Amino acid sequence: MQDRIALMRDDPAVELSVDGNAIAGLLMSVFGREVTAMEEQCAHCRTVSVVGTLRVYMRGPGVVVRCPACAEVVLRVVETPSGRRFDASGATHLVAGR
Amino acid sequence: MTNAIDWQLATVTAVRDETPTVRTFTLGLPGWDGHRAGQHLDLRLTAEDGYSVERSYSIASEPERSGEVDITVERIPGGEVSAFLHEVVVPGDRLELRGPIGGYFVWEAALGGPLLLVAGGSGVVPLMAMARHRARSSAASLATAANGAAGTPARLLLSSRGPEEIIYRAELDTLASAGDGFAVVHTLTRQQPPGWTGYARRIDEAMLADVLEPLGASVRAYACGPTALVETVANGLVRLGLPPDRIRTERFGPTGT
Ligand SMILES: Cc1cc2nc3c(=O)[nH]c(=O)nc-3n(C[C@H](O)[C@H](O)[C@H](O)COP(=O)(O)OP(=O)(O)OC[C@H]3O[C@@H](n4cnc5c(N)ncnc54)[C@H](O)[C@@H]3O)c2cc1C
Ligand SMILES: [Zn+2]
Repeated sequence: MQDRIALMRDDPAVELSVDGNAIAGLLMSVFGREVTAMEEQCAHCRTVSVVGTLRVYMRGPGVVVRCPACAEVVLRVVETPSGRRFDASGATHLVAGR
Repeated sequence: MTNAIDWQLATVTAVRDETPTVRTFTLGLPGWDGHRAGQHLDLRLTAEDGYSVERSYSIASEPERSGEVDITVERIPGGEVSAFLHEVVVPGDRLELRGPIGGYFVWEAALGGPLLLVAGGSGVVPLMAMARHRARSSAASLATAANGAAGTPARLLLSSRGPEEIIYRAELDTLASAGDGFAVVHTLTRQQPPGWTGYARRIDEAMLADVLEPLGASVRAYACGPTALVETVANGLVRLGLPPDRIRTERFGPTGT
């Protein structure tokens, strides 16, 4: 686990990542409202981040969203034949930010 | 009125070249509910067999314009959506989109400034919406304010590969010569015209310090463009003492300058 996080931090693939702005439309269709200006708390390191600043990887199958502080996964969105699966177990909660 | 979440059809009403590889598309949207400067839209292309791709494009036009929006797209070699837009789409075509989208990377005149805008390549697009919005609202306040209040002080630092690759070059010159507090600083990273006295390197902390200096430490900063550039700018501004919550960022991925 630690190895994977270290790998991720030095990973040149960070340059291939985008940020929460890139999934604003997707999140709007999940939550029914705009949420990228809201704050989210990482369940792994407890850092609170504005959703728009989260690190997003969307070139693979599905979308992986990581905490900008600890690089752990906070959200995952997978399209399956039976519909969209949204896993937010890496985030403790979403709050209305400033 | 159309909901931002719903897909809707826009009609391409005009196409214009900004640079040899960048083109602006005007999209007619009679039901458009207005947007905030910095927001984007999601474009969806669907093939006959049902395969579809979605990409985000920032809205370049100011919120004051109604019934249509501009998007400005850089052609990425081998790019699925950008190459289609450049090679295939002509006025009269219809495109499927949803928007306006986003609530974090936005600026409104009411938020005030001073404003530091930093972009690489097509990252200038959402910042152009802010600059256009700023110009419109400063003109409006000049017209109404008895004391002739000037616009929000703002500076744009724009990194382009060469002089021919500067997006919105003529309009940026016009905005900067309006005398209402808007300045543009260019850096040309790969090719400079003879006699060029501006910056000729990638954006770094020293350059950010120079550009920031006349604005003071109370700025609102917006940085947009290739992910690597946005990382450099955000980290540089934090090291220069800007509070992180005054720096907003939008990363376009590996593309661009
Ligand atoms: C919020 C937001 C706003 C944007 N606004 C604009 C805008 O105003 N103007 C504009 O020109 N672009 C904008 N972009 C970028 C745009 O969404 C597309 O990524 C771009 O047009 C490339 O898409 P494509 O289908 O042409 O290329 P693709 O087919 O997606 O990619 C072409 C090549 O580039 C590489 N590549 C491109 N992007 C990535 C990536 N993220 N990760 C890994 N590899 C990648 C691919 O590996 C491939 O080889 C924005 C992006 C975001 C997230
Ligand atoms: Zn974390």
